[in-house]
Amino acid sequence: MSNSVLTKVREKLVYSRPDSMYPRKMHYCAGCGHGVVHKLLGELMDELGIAEKTILVAPVGCAVLAFFYFRADGCEAAHGRVPAVATGIKRVHPDHVVIGYQGDGDLLAIGTAETIHAANRGENITVIFVNNAIYGMTGGQMAPTSLVGQKTKTSPYGRKAEDVGYPIRACELLNTLEAPYYIERTSVHDVKNVLKTKRALKKGLMNQIEKRGYSFIEVLSACPTGWGVTPKAANLWVAENMASVYPLGVVRDKGAKA
Amino acid sequence: MTATAEKILMKGNEAIGEAAVIAGCRYFFGYPITPQNEVPAYMAMRLPQVGGTFLQAESELAAINMVFGAAAAGARAMTSSSSPGISLKQEGISYLSGAELPAVVVNMMRGGPGLGNIAGSQGDYFQSTRGGGHGDYRHIVLAPASVQELADLTLLAFDLADQYRIVVLVLGDGYLGQMSEPLVLPQPSGKQFDKSGWALTGAKVREQHLVYSLLLSPEDALEKLNLRLQEKYRVIEKNETRHETYNTEDAEYLLVGFGMCARILRGAVVSLARAGVKAGLFRPITLWPFPYRELAAAARGRKKILVVEMNAGQMVEDVRLAVADSSPVDFYGRMGGMIPEVEAIVERVRGYVE
Ligand SMILES: Cc1ncc(C[n+]2csc(CCOP(=O)(O)OP(=O)(O)O)c2C)c(N)n1
Ligand code: SF4
Repeated sequence: MSNSVLTKVREKLVYSRPDSMYPRKMHYCAGCGHGVVHKLLGELMDELGIAEKTILVAPVGCAVLAFFYFRADGCEAAHGRVPAVATGIKRVHPDHVVIGYQGDGDLLAIGTAETIHAANRGENITVIFVNNAIYGMTGGQMAPTSLVGQKTKTSPYGRKAEDVGYPIRACELLNTLEAPYYIERTSVHDVKNVLKTKRALKKGLMNQIEKRGYSFIEVLSACPTGWGVTPKAANLWVAENMASVYPLGVVRDKGAKA
Repeated sequence: MTATAEKILMKGNEAIGEAAVIAGCRYFFGYPITPQNEVPAYMAMRLPQVGGTFLQAESELAAINMVFGAAAAGARAMTSSSSPGISLKQEGISYLSGAELPAVVVNMMRGGPGLGNIAGSQGDYFQSTRGGGHGDYRHIVLAPASVQELADLTLLAFDLADQYRIVVLVLGDGYLGQMSEPLVLPQPSGKQFDKSGWALTGAKVREQHLVYSLLLSPEDALEKLNLRLQEKYRVIEKNETRHETYNTEDAEYLLVGFGMCARILRGAVVSLARAGVKAGLFRPITLWPFPYRELAAAARGRKKILVVEMNAGQMVEDVRLAVADSSPVDFYGRMGGMIPEVEAIVERVRGYVE
């Protein structure tokens, strides 16, 4: 296979601009997983025809301006409060598609309570959790999902489990609850996994459209800037180090045929 | 609606709930805390009857942010709490203010600081009127003094919130909320507010609507928002300042208090009159905007102004600003859930006469 064929395939699958997205230049760093997840979301808005009834709730974190890119309504939420804001919106507009989008600091540190309780209520929303094992926006501090030994601005000698505990597995944590309908962990470190992520996101959105309840998709995602490595090395790090701590796959799917 | 000219007996906290329903509020998010528990309990009973949503949140943080979401979605939404819970809501109130969302928040104040106690207090005046959260924002503060007013001002709060796209705080205290009094349920104002230009309803046949307060450019964006907010606040100061006076015409002494204290001061005015002392009452109904000009006028020519509060002296600072040097200002306050007694106030004023 020639290189140009590969590039073409890649362009077609991942990098075309969906109609549901504004032609705006993204503010994310090169190699950042947020951009990939955004484009998948845009493609799905096209495919499902839901942009006009989507309300996207953006977090405080690098994705703080996420709503800026979609031809859909968007809402800010204070740091960690995405699930609460999304709950308020969804209760007013039960037939709209309400998407919560959060990073790991937002979802698992400051917003842990809101995350667990929205899931526990079985809010009919779709939560997209971009886990990059670091606080990207504030310059690379330790996150609840940073790996043991991982060096960050606030764990310069590496994360010590004896001192600050172990990385939190959001999917497994939420899987202890009765109400959630669908929980899956995916990754965007290579094309194959990007496609799997798209399928998971689609399922999460379809569940909401069909009023089945709470869907949670965790996406392992590279933060080359926060980690201080090249985009290529960052994706490799996701595959080699993150995926073993955060196993990929469906954690819960009440809709799966037995 | 159930509005009727008949007088019915109702508990203060329940009157808030019924007034909110009359106002068309269909979304309530709250977290239990004494002494306001009758508000969420009433809404939990009442909202399902009118097709609304009551949700007990996991915390006050969550509750105020659910209000944020519902308000952004274009609905009339409210939350209620008491002092410690209101502290937690301050972040959300700042965000609501930055995003210019209408919302009604009720604080039935209790004794503080810290966990304090569950008795009524007025210790949150500073927090309420100076901006308890971060940033240059203001919100309207209504201070009812009876069960009737808890209902009337709650109804008004929703209209003001929508009219100005602002947070309106109904500031009562634990005693007021627990009190049962006859009241006439208020009629809805019938005012309509068009939210179609900004509410999140889905970007169908229109450009996207965004509700946010993140404005990265200091010069082009954030200062502009702040200037617009300040302009709005000046309009509110001009149009929405409310107060009440009692027996002030030829009063030599002016008593000033809000909420519960104003009720007590009324009693003091009557007692003083019996003793031949001419005293009058000035009661701010809006604590922000504070009736500075009206109070300055009412204070002119008085021998002394006495401010009475259920705190260590908070509103008295605004009274001093209003009165300036025109008359001397004295203060009497009780704290920790204690109520100032009529006798103590009468004695204090009679002391001025001698
Ligand atoms: C109340 C509050 N605390 C702290 C911050 C600062 N802050 C902004 S983003 C952020 C963490 C973002 O990390 P994460 O959620 O992992 O998202 P990422 O940027 O990595 O996508 C923090 C702590 C804030 N804005 N508000
Ligand atoms: S800092 Fe990290 S998460 Fe933020 S945009 Fe850059 S790569 Fe993405």
